[in-house]
Amino acid sequence: MNRTAPRPAAPAVPAPAPPSGPLHRLAWAAADGWTVARRDVTHWLRQPWEPLFGLLFPVLMVLMFVYLLGGAMSVPGGGDYTEYLMPGMFAMVMVFGLGETVTAVAADSARGVTDRFRSMPMSASAVVVGRCLADMLRSAAALVVLIGFGSLVGWQWHGSAGAALAGFGLLLLLRFALVWIGVYVGLVMRGQGGIAVIQTLEFPIGFLSNAFVATATMPVWLGAVADWNPMSSTVAAVRGLFGNPAAAGDGWVAQNALLMAVVWPLLLVAVFAPLCVHRYRNLDG
Amino acid sequence: MAPAPARTAPAVSARGIGRRFKDRWALRGFDLEVGRGTVHGLLGPNGAGKSTAVRVLTTLLRPHEGTAEVAGYDVAAQGARVRHRIGLVGQNAAVDEVLSGRQNLELFGRLHHLGGRAAARRAAELLDRFGLSDTGKRPVGTYSGGMRRRLDLAAGMILDPPVVFLDEPTTGLDPRGRDEVWSAVRGLVGGGTSVLLTTQYLEEADRLADRISVVDTGHVIAEGTPAELKSRIGGDRIDVVLHDEHALAGAAALVEEATGHSVRTAPEERRISAEVDDRAASLTRAVRALDEGGVAVADVVLRGPSLDEVFLHLTGPRAGTGSPAAARVTGGTAAPEQQDTRQEARR
Ligand SMILES: Nc1ncnc2c1ncn2[C@@H]1O[C@H](COP(=O)(O)OP(=O)(O)OP(=O)(O)O)[C@@H](O)[C@H]1O
Ligand SMILES: [Mg+2]
Repeated sequence: MNRTAPRPAAPAVPAPAPPSGPLHRLAWAAADGWTVARRDVTHWLRQPWEPLFGLLFPVLMVLMFVYLLGGAMSVPGGGDYTEYLMPGMFAMVMVFGLGETVTAVAADSARGVTDRFRSMPMSASAVVVGRCLADMLRSAAALVVLIGFGSLVGWQWHGSAGAALAGFGLLLLLRFALVWIGVYVGLVMRGQGGIAVIQTLEFPIGFLSNAFVATATMPVWLGAVADWNPMSSTVAAVRGLFGNPAAAGDGWVAQNALLMAVVWPLLLVAVFAPLCVHRYRNLDG
Repeated sequence: MAPAPARTAPAVSARGIGRRFKDRWALRGFDLEVGRGTVHGLLGPNGAGKSTAVRVLTTLLRPHEGTAEVAGYDVAAQGARVRHRIGLVGQNAAVDEVLSGRQNLELFGRLHHLGGRAAARRAAELLDRFGLSDTGKRPVGTYSGGMRRRLDLAAGMILDPPVVFLDEPTTGLDPRGRDEVWSAVRGLVGGGTSVLLTTQYLEEADRLADRISVVDTGHVIAEGTPAELKSRIGGDRIDVVLHDEHALAGAAALVEEATGHSVRTAPEERRISAEVDDRAASLTRAVRALDEGGVAVADVVLRGPSLDEVFLHLTGPRAGTGSPAAARVTGGTAAPEQQDTRQEARR
């Protein structure tokens, strides 16, 4: 069944010319990133119970720690446990976002969506930029909800609005670093394996920090590990900025929490962002 | 500036492609030429290297050896140009389950930089062309397998690319879904698109392809038109399944005489297979002979040659019974559990 006159189908749409300069390319990448992120937003609108359940969990954790365990908790050096706890819970919500990132990336890889994106004339960074945008949006929304809920159970900040904003900025910076770790893990371990690993690790990561109890109450070696947990630096710095009780240890990291709350995330991004890009370009090795 | 490809360049041309995973070659010495405006079938069993070939040709994997051009551009050196001219419909339907069909196509349209309005118009056109207009608003999660695959095809056709790659487009579909996809593919071809299609089904390659390359263990073992290949592998077959294993030898002799061809027996399935030249006439003769011989028959089927039989003819008999192609694949160094999960994932 040879066709005698193979001719291209009348193009229903004019194919847009490929980007010319670096600026044009950047504009394409930004537009693509936003398009990819909008897909997630549409998901949330179509299936709102999924993100809503995601919010319910930290809310339940707050209730549990404040009312169930809070009575037995005391903050070394004094202070209200709820005020001590909430910055830790904010950071915990950022860590929980890691599972969301891994899940989304692994699902796209396993189902061939990533391959389709990679076979299309779109910028390679757009997929990751889109992922990043969507995850940051979601975590920011979760943060806002938890701030509101924290106020209901008696938490508040005492410093200036500027300092409070800086605190939220540090929390989102931590989340930003975690996006890159999540993308990398999702690309490396496609499928359910990666998700299970991360969801199991989220708790030890969260508890092995100063988020719930002061590291001074732990055995010395464990307290040192917890102090070096990047999450601890963010939590301690945020407590300082909010004017909440900090009960910081006297190790070097604990004393330089503000510095480390910036350095840790930047360091993680510096390591994982190139890994992600490399992995995305060379999926399957 | 790279030279523009000649207008007559083939849609796909690959020479000596090699690609390994760890130290195992998934593709080695792979040659292929797909003429413009034709459909080319890559026929091969699980693990033959079909998907690897498609992934190399669509710039997803770098070849370790050899060169390939698609639409006249080199896949390794001019990947971006290649990506502007191809559509990929991968082995798994790569569409978003939560979004509607329309939203999916609009998403891919915007990622092709059509702009919101043009993307919406294009989505409507494609839904119409692939017979999905009625279901365009429903989430894809509620689609049937055939509908999902057609949407997947539509998503690969946003810019009407001159070359389209379809990796096992009908695996896992029921006959109705398969027919839907087949007619969609014929529609593409009618528009002049060049298609490279992989499949495990001889029938599918026969129905859709102008030429077929048979792939095994990473390279092409035979190439030709469906008619040429079929003349090499013989015509239809009958399968006779018995109730009683002990009657197998006697029945085999009867079938052999009725068809005039030597038979293959699969004792564990109590099955006898033989080639037939004249379909119904041979079938009738065989059934009559078995009946007169007092053999209790459980089932009789008239069918085209299976992929196993194609391989048997093209490569000669191999050790072991049952499925020679599959036996050879899993007998390699591939981790068996990986093979299993890959097959599982397809269902
Ligand atoms: N990412 C990978 N890592 C390691 N090995 C791989 C990878 N992809 C494919 N292989 C191996 O390469 C060989 C060819 O695989 P390929 O997927 O190309 O086969 P196929 O013909 O598409 O098979 P199927 O019909 O199962 O889709 C197989 O042995 C497979 O296990
Ligand atoms: Mg395959």
